[in-house]
Amino acid sequence: MKISFLKSLAFIATMASGLGFLTSSVMAGDLKVALAAEPTSMDPHYQNLTINNSFSTQVYNALVLQDVNQKLIPGLAESWKPVGDSSWEFKLRAGVKFHNGAAFTAEDVVATMKRAANVPNSPSSFATFIKGKEFEIIDDLTLRVSTKKPDPFTPNDMSRIAIIDSAFVDATTEDFNTGVASFGTGPFTLTKWLPGDLIEIARNDNYWGNSVEWDNIIIRPIKDGTTRTAALIAGDVDFIERVAPSDLPNLEKRDGISVFKSVSNRLLYLTLHMTDDPIKPYVTDFNDNPIASPFKDIRMRKAVSFAINRQAIADRVMDGLSSPAGQFSPEGYIGYSSNLKADGYDPARAKELMAEAGYGDGFKLTVHGPAGRYANDTRILEAIAQMLSSIGIETTVETMPASVFFKRFARGGPDKKPEFTAAMSGYANGSGEPSHPLRIFIHTKQKERGYGPGNRNGYSNSEVDKLIEDGRASMDIAKGEAAFIKATEIAMQEYALLPIHHVVATWAARDGIAYENGALDSTFLHYISSQK
Amino acid sequence: MQSVIVLFVMSLIVFSMINLVGDPVDMLVNPESLPEEIERVRRDFGLDQPVHIQYWKFLQGALSGDLGNSFIFGRPALSLIAERFPATLELATCALIIAVTVGLPLGVYAGLNPNGWGSKIIMSSSVLGISIPTFWLGLMMIIVFSVILGWLPVSGRGEIGSFLGLESSVFTLDGLSHLIMPATNLALFKIAMVIRLARAGTVEVMSLDFIKFARARGLPPLRIVRFHLLPNILIPIITVLAIEFGTLIAFATVTETIFAWPGLGKLVIDAIVNLDRPIVVAYLLFVVTLFLILNLLVDILYAALDPRVRLQGDDK
Repeated sequence: MKISFLKSLAFIATMASGLGFLTSSVMAGDLKVALAAEPTSMDPHYQNLTINNSFSTQVYNALVLQDVNQKLIPGLAESWKPVGDSSWEFKLRAGVKFHNGAAFTAEDVVATMKRAANVPNSPSSFATFIKGKEFEIIDDLTLRVSTKKPDPFTPNDMSRIAIIDSAFVDATTEDFNTGVASFGTGPFTLTKWLPGDLIEIARNDNYWGNSVEWDNIIIRPIKDGTTRTAALIAGDVDFIERVAPSDLPNLEKRDGISVFKSVSNRLLYLTLHMTDDPIKPYVTDFNDNPIASPFKDIRMRKAVSFAINRQAIADRVMDGLSSPAGQFSPEGYIGYSSNLKADGYDPARAKELMAEAGYGDGFKLTVHGPAGRYANDTRILEAIAQMLSSIGIETTVETMPASVFFKRFARGGPDKKPEFTAAMSGYANGSGEPSHPLRIFIHTKQKERGYGPGNRNGYSNSEVDKLIEDGRASMDIAKGEAAFIKATEIAMQEYALLPIHHVVATWAARDGIAYENGALDSTFLHYISSQK
Repeated sequence: MQSVIVLFVMSLIVFSMINLVGDPVDMLVNPESLPEEIERVRRDFGLDQPVHIQYWKFLQGALSGDLGNSFIFGRPALSLIAERFPATLELATCALIIAVTVGLPLGVYAGLNPNGWGSKIIMSSSVLGISIPTFWLGLMMIIVFSVILGWLPVSGRGEIGSFLGLESSVFTLDGLSHLIMPATNLALFKIAMVIRLARAGTVEVMSLDFIKFARARGLPPLRIVRFHLLPNILIPIITVLAIEFGTLIAFATVTETIFAWPGLGKLVIDAIVNLDRPIVVAYLLFVVTLFLILNLLVDILYAALDPRVRLQGDDK
């Protein structure tokens, strides 16, 4: 009796799953993908946000593209070269057509730049990459971009702007969201967008580059990591990004599923305040009397670095999903220095350094960080706090929602100065140009000149500043890169900030689908292919 | 009038509280932007103004039906809410229907046979229904019905059909298969509640004189339940359910996140995380309005169901 009941249950199950297969099966050549987030708009110039930018590369092209390691490769421009001291000439690709059939010419580039710099209500504008540049049409397929000062990074800036048809120079964001204006030159055309539910894109058969193999890709935003995994296992989707670390061991063992991992350029770092004005008493002696920040002394910063067991964090807190870091870029990226390695774990040396610096007895410290912003952020900070406590720095952890953290981190102190003595935060280079982290975090803070907006601990070294400025003023890219690597080496050896690790990005797919291991912490659908 | 005051006070509280938290500019503007770009965003969104001026501008807009533009989407907050509301309404309505159709018969049964085995099982599982966390149960349902059995899709809303001008996923097989799991998940807590209310009501009403009289007249038990018992226990259940319907809509967030249901919950969670203040304010005001309307409906239903309430009204 019992057995026949089970049998009939199994029969019903087979029937139902067969039915499910019939209703949910799609034509061969379609791919279903679940991403962790969705773009805030289909307007490629609306918001400079990672998910918007990675999605817009599917439908649009920039003049210059970035490969998986952010190296610049030809896009709608076949080549580019510096002309004179302060301008660049771009040779545009001939015969390219927009999805609506219009031919691509230099005029489209000029129209795009005009629109992209002036999108109303943009929460994060692309004007940053366009302001101060003059665009001059030499002929239909030649464009000159001039700047007031020498700017070796014009091609990098151009890699950030999606080119649209000049007919839509006055189109509103709403026109792009409804599909009236969303015609690019990219590998896919946008066919459907139901906000919060799905995005559908179809192959552009007239694409100028390597054609993609999928007829259609259906993208579903699934915020919850476990649900994404379940959707993949259940066969609802073929490919997911950002596998929840707790699901990873199971997925790797599972038949029929492949997992892809690569070290991304997302860095987690610790910053230690190093000027005379510690803003709030987050460093005290053991009687709770505020003391000046001990991290003015390079030996104390070094001691903290030696006290952090980066490998243990990678193995135990991150479940293997991080790679100990000693600089901004992971290996293989522009600006990477082969002379810099992540500091090893050496608590004895750390204690010696503390004694040399006159803090042999230790002190009390509060470290701050965001909760829920980066993978395992709170647990990483707790691990660091334990490690610091074991060398005599009695450390308390205070975390808060990202929305609260970033305001206090930047200007929570008196006179809108940064508030924290020690804080953990993250960084990923979006433009792929090597001077970017140096300009933001390392250069002495000079607001008017755009230097040091992220320099919150008061680090200042005139030699490093000069290397950064010289490199940024040289049209000779190789010379510039050498200067940036030198600046990085000095700054990292002085512990301008303490890199902890680069996050390992993860993807998973059903067997038969491969993902080109990119190093960026976002998903580019045209890198998904079927294994044959 | 009271409702207007409630709305006004609510808007004041919400607006001032949310302005205490963080700075939207830190969440919106890409840190690689030029300083003048950051200042432009601050100006464009009116964040350079003092809070009381921001509130005054908000009030002026609100009186003409404009609750401001979402920082993130650059579109009116109210129309974003209106776009997402149908999906949530559909989910909540189905959950409510499931709660009543499952909970009421079970509760009445348990009330009629308070000492039977069946009723003991029903009552103890209702305790489980109340105490198991929604998100855990949601994940378990996904694992059992989607991953192991493969019967139902894991997430999303599915195909949307239209019937008599109404657009809903109830009208397609694919849509229903997407809807059933999140709706049941959301309904579970309410099922348990309906069971308890129905049982308590049944036990109470069954001991009253008019039921005894009906029995003495030799009426069949089903007829007693249908015409004598149900109308009497429904009144408190409807009152509670109407208010609970509001909470279903307002707090479907967890279920929506787990099942990636494209409703209001997702919109609001993202808005809170990214400090999209106009959406948060508009959403809370929307929910308050919803509760006010539901309260009104309850009063009207009450009158329809309970002749005593209606008669009092007629006397005046």
